[in-house]
Amino acid sequence: MTSLSDLISKAASDIDAADDLAALDAVRVAFLGKKGEITARLKTLGQLPPEERSAAGQEINKAKQDVQAALNARRDALEAEAMEAKLAADAIDVTLPGRGISIGGYHPVTRAMLRIEKIFRNAGFGVRAGPEIEDDFHNFTALNIPDNHPARAMHDTFYFPGGNLLRTHTSPVQIRSIVKEGVPIKIIAPGRVYRCDSDQTHTPMFHQVEGLVIDEHISFAHLKAVLHQFVEAFFERKAELRFRPSYFPFTEPSAEVDVSWGEGKWLEILGCGMVHPNVLDAAGVDSEKYTGYAFGIGIERLAMLRYGVTDLRTFFENDLRFLQQFR
Amino acid sequence: MKIAESWLREWVDPDLKTDELGHQLTMLGHEVDGIELEGVGIADVVIAEVVECGKHPDADKLSVCKVSDGGAELIDIVCGAPNVRQGMKTPLAKPGVKLPNGMKLRKAKIRGVVSNGMLCSAIELGLGDESDGIMDLPAAAEVGTPLVDFLNLPDAVIDLDLTPNRGDCFSVLGIARDVSALTGAALQSAAVPAVEATIKDTQAVELIEPAGCPRFAGRVIRGIDPTAKSPVWMVERLRRAGLRGISPVVDITNYVMLELGQPLHAYDAALLQGPIRPRLARTGEKVTLLDEKEIELRGDTLIITDDNGPIGIAGIMGGLSTAVSDRTTDVFFEAAFWPPDFMAGRARNYGMHTDASLRFERGVDPEGQGRAIERATQLLLDISGGDAGPLSVESSPEHLPKREAIVLRKSRLAHLLGLEIDDAEVTRILESLQLDVRIANEGWTVIAPSHRFDIEYEVDLIEEVARIHGYDSIPETTLSAQSALETVTESRIEIERAAATLIGRDYQEVVTYSFIDPEANKKFTGTDSELVLSNPISSELSVMRASLWPGLVAAASANLARQQDRVRLFEASRSYHGSLAAPEEVARLAGLATGPVAAEQWGKKSESIDFFDIKCDVEALLSLVGDISNFRFVATEHPALQPGQAAEILRGDEVIGVVGKLHPRLAKEYDLKKAAYVFELDAAKALASAAPSAKPVSRFPAIRRDIAVIIDDKVSSAELVDAVAEASPELIRDVRIFDIYKGERIEAGRKSVAIGLILQETSRTLTDDDADTAMAAAIAKLEDKFAAELRD
Repeated sequence: MTSLSDLISKAASDIDAADDLAALDAVRVAFLGKKGEITARLKTLGQLPPEERSAAGQEINKAKQDVQAALNARRDALEAEAMEAKLAADAIDVTLPGRGISIGGYHPVTRAMLRIEKIFRNAGFGVRAGPEIEDDFHNFTALNIPDNHPARAMHDTFYFPGGNLLRTHTSPVQIRSIVKEGVPIKIIAPGRVYRCDSDQTHTPMFHQVEGLVIDEHISFAHLKAVLHQFVEAFFERKAELRFRPSYFPFTEPSAEVDVSWGEGKWLEILGCGMVHPNVLDAAGVDSEKYTGYAFGIGIERLAMLRYGVTDLRTFFENDLRFLQQFR
Repeated sequence: MKIAESWLREWVDPDLKTDELGHQLTMLGHEVDGIELEGVGIADVVIAEVVECGKHPDADKLSVCKVSDGGAELIDIVCGAPNVRQGMKTPLAKPGVKLPNGMKLRKAKIRGVVSNGMLCSAIELGLGDESDGIMDLPAAAEVGTPLVDFLNLPDAVIDLDLTPNRGDCFSVLGIARDVSALTGAALQSAAVPAVEATIKDTQAVELIEPAGCPRFAGRVIRGIDPTAKSPVWMVERLRRAGLRGISPVVDITNYVMLELGQPLHAYDAALLQGPIRPRLARTGEKVTLLDEKEIELRGDTLIITDDNGPIGIAGIMGGLSTAVSDRTTDVFFEAAFWPPDFMAGRARNYGMHTDASLRFERGVDPEGQGRAIERATQLLLDISGGDAGPLSVESSPEHLPKREAIVLRKSRLAHLLGLEIDDAEVTRILESLQLDVRIANEGWTVIAPSHRFDIEYEVDLIEEVARIHGYDSIPETTLSAQSALETVTESRIEIERAAATLIGRDYQEVVTYSFIDPEANKKFTGTDSELVLSNPISSELSVMRASLWPGLVAAASANLARQQDRVRLFEASRSYHGSLAAPEEVARLAGLATGPVAAEQWGKKSESIDFFDIKCDVEALLSLVGDISNFRFVATEHPALQPGQAAEILRGDEVIGVVGKLHPRLAKEYDLKKAAYVFELDAAKALASAAPSAKPVSRFPAIRRDIAVIIDDKVSSAELVDAVAEASPELIRDVRIFDIYKGERIEAGRKSVAIGLILQETSRTLTDDDADTAMAAAIAKLEDKFAAELRD
């Protein structure tokens, strides 16, 4: 009969030699199974003299534990190996693109418009809309542009038979909003406007944002502050503004505003002024008690400056390769 | 308006460099569009005389000249200008001279003939952009003199963008007045010395329409020399202002208009018959104008008449029959005041736009007529000789504009500007603008001079003060008052959120024109729109769209042509409906998708989009409002959609949108290679919403039971699902169709539909018995309603 120590070394070498879990289990059965060699040794204890049984029993049990521990260690190692092999087999090319659809995006004009709206909403301005097919009264007369006023000629108006027109600016929303809501009022009105003009720097349709604030103590100084803050908020930088005297029939004093654009360059970005008393009177507001300011901003102009677009017409060509730059 | 800096400085000469002057003009409200420097870098160009001029032996178009620059020897020049001739005075650039266009001259042989320099055209010298060859200088030009001295160069041409309210600034005088007010530099007096009459001749003028012509100044000048030439200084100033020299009489009318702002007209006095009578035209009357075009007149147009009928349109253009010519010896000058109300829009009605009409429409000084005639008379006598009759001025004082006193309140000035300005400074500013100023209780009482007819209200004075004081000096004051808070409504889904939903589903927003081709509009909507523009840019952009689809389809087509194979677009904007008298605008959300469901991908088979892909996008949008159960898709017919693949979307009983496959006929017409699917929603109706109202979520497990039934193919899925749901509404939480089968083993005209029922109660766990009962009810309902057969 082989000695216990030989049995242990044989078990150890068999365990080492087992190179998968099935082989390892066969080793376990061979030594520790019901008919295993170590199990068989335990069964022989009864044949030993009683005084030897305890020591021999301890010895065999120790051997059993050692073999079990070796089996466990080997199993862990084999399992870890198997897992590693499986993971290695499952490895993928993570640089392949993801599956499914991507996202679209806002048109750059909308993107700029939403930005402008947000800036003014944050300052407590309400957002209003008005019709694009307007009547002569709201587009001109109520804005202190009577029939035959030379300013009408500058508006290049699209007309419909019967006298209605496509609004040439968002200013009619001023009138509609004052009449509907009364004063004080603090609103902006973004939207489409139309001029009968089409060349490299003009499209027959474009977008404006109108601004209007009327209250009891509104001054030109308030107008200057709000526009300066707006421009800096929109461009996210310090900016110098230049207010130049200009003329709009519905504001007095009126100004055009330039923004500094490096190297002593000034770029015109908007028109504004103090609401003309005739406009307030026409809308039923006491022009002695109330004063107000108004401004009109060309959204394409701002979008071009903000996003580096150099040709106005690209906004309306809807080329996906252009549009997808904005998201 | 273009004016020469030298001319302006003759009237007011502030201590400012050219660019500073330009800046100040801009800050006065007269925006400088550009400053063109002329005569810089041509100091070495001298006046020469062509002494001999012959043909080049080897080139038809070249001349071989000997010219004198005043030196001892004649200079050989080969010249290619068609107008070179013997005896001509013209600018000469000798070797070594560099011209403004960068050309450097050197001795050369041109086709074998030596040329020691070049005779120059105006363009080559940077003097304007017109030339018919080399400059033809007057005979009086002295040979050897530097050209710049002769032409009073260098000079700057300032191009001003004038605002329509400042008609008074359409002249050197007008601009000079404002510059003087701003800078304090002295203004040359606008008073013109009266020219004494040496003959008694007059031309009768009768103001029979005094409202339309409240003042008419005129003067007869007889015996002028018709061969006289306009002096170089005058022609040069006109040229710098953008006008060509023509003849002394015409040049003088232009010159005085540019200088004083009052347009003039000159008649050949010998051709006038009887008294001049300005009046409104009779509709249909005709007149042939100076440009030889015959005009049929409208009844709102002021005309000049004599005994022979119309001889010109007032303030726009004179007539041909009484025009001055190179034989005219007797001239009648007209300077009238045509009120803006009678002028506005008239020229445009005839498709005309003249220097005179521009000024009259915006208004001229009603007191400036006599002065203009005096100035023109003096110039004509100086240039062409002749004898002047007396100045005659016919006026109708009651029809002339009146100047009212305007009160400027100190408090209002400070209030409106947000700036306190010293009283003395205000007074100084007002006076510098030639306003008649009186100190009053609350501030000032002011009467504007006749040329400042734009000053009408107190705010006009406030603007004047601000303008001269400088907008820069007004501070920035942040409004600190609290604004009223606005409701943020949940009664509708904001269009930006709907747009963001589409963007999240790979749709790109586009912006297309609101006006489209009427044909396209009809093809997509089936009806003609009344909303057709009277003056469209083109017929393709002439009708207000009744659908956003034509724009989307055109945009898709353009992108497909640019090699995009997968296009998904949306637009959030309006469509236009109703009549001319009562137009309606409807906010829309519309989309288009064509090409594969997803971009080409390694891990998924490419599939073309179909109806149910776009329907899913629409359902996602509708889900934004919360409860989607009120929406139904109902098969429909639509002129733009393929029959059998079109659905109306109803909310309750109201149609709120359409979705479907673009009709292949339209797809072909727009060159869409693949099927396109489109939807269009009425944004307000589709996105009306409410704040969600929370319901408890069941803590008990759900049971799923599946059945398969065979039913008539015509029964829609919606009907089937509704019937099942109705069978036990308290238990059935969801009904889903998970398979539809037609074909083998199913009778033609019928289909097999597999339905999954999700059963759940909020108060208890359902038993198998509950589920069996619900199933039985559902099956009974289907059998009863659709004669459905249960499939094993």
